[in-house]
Amino acid sequence: MSDVHEVRVGSSDDIVGIRKMVRTIAGDIRMSLVDQTKLVTAASELARNIVVHGGGGTVRIERLTGPTGRTGVRMIFSDEGPGISDVDLALTDGWSSGQGLGLGLPGSRRLVDEFELDTAVGRGTRITVTKWTR
Amino acid sequence: MERVPILKVGDVLLISIQTDLEDRTALALQEDLAEQIVRTGARGVVIDITAVEIVDSFIGRMFATIAAMSRLLDARTVVVGMRPAVAITLVELGLSLGGVHTALNLEKGMRLLAAPDPGGPPGTMSGR
Repeated sequence: MSDVHEVRVGSSDDIVGIRKMVRTIAGDIRMSLVDQTKLVTAASELARNIVVHGGGGTVRIERLTGPTGRTGVRMIFSDEGPGISDVDLALTDGWSSGQGLGLGLPGSRRLVDEFELDTAVGRGTRITVTKWTR
Repeated sequence: MERVPILKVGDVLLISIQTDLEDRTALALQEDLAEQIVRTGARGVVIDITAVEIVDSFIGRMFATIAAMSRLLDARTVVVGMRPAVAITLVELGLSLGGVHTALNLEKGMRLLAAPDPGGPPGTMSGR
């Protein structure tokens, strides 16, 4: 069984498929129902960001096993869109460059254990999030 | 594209969401519902999300939009059957759904709509 999945996200229609895939992987590693729900919700927010702000991109989903044997899921959302010029602002609740509620980035950061944002204006954005089973 | 059926029960329109909604389906539902409220003269809308496994900010915003739109068309909206994991996640996400009435299940939601309207939408004092 492959532990890495990479999916292209071109339009909002692809988001449902990503939610389903993340749900399956989180269920496979016996993540609690609440943590599964948080992870899938974060995936939905970040995948939508790729569609709305990045003009499409890819989502990579990996199943992790840590050194102590604990398991988790890592998701990498990449796009080659305009990038984020003010990262602090983008991570502020309620601030939105589009028509959204401005909860996508700050909200998904709260839903996962690790959150890493890599961005360069004109070159794109890569967000890496990890959630571990408890 | 799938469409979510809207059932009429007395003067209430009942929407039971049974699938993981695509964005387009959610947008179509808003339009269908507005049309049905006007056509049927419904006074209440119940959105049953018992089967819904996740509510992200897009779907959350759809509930708020439906509630606001229904209010303008003289109907009240109640979202019923939210799963505990969904409620926990929504709060952490930062989405409080202010302005949307909720009830634990369909029966309580219908009872809420049958009671006299207590006035303005809930949670309007606490910002969004």
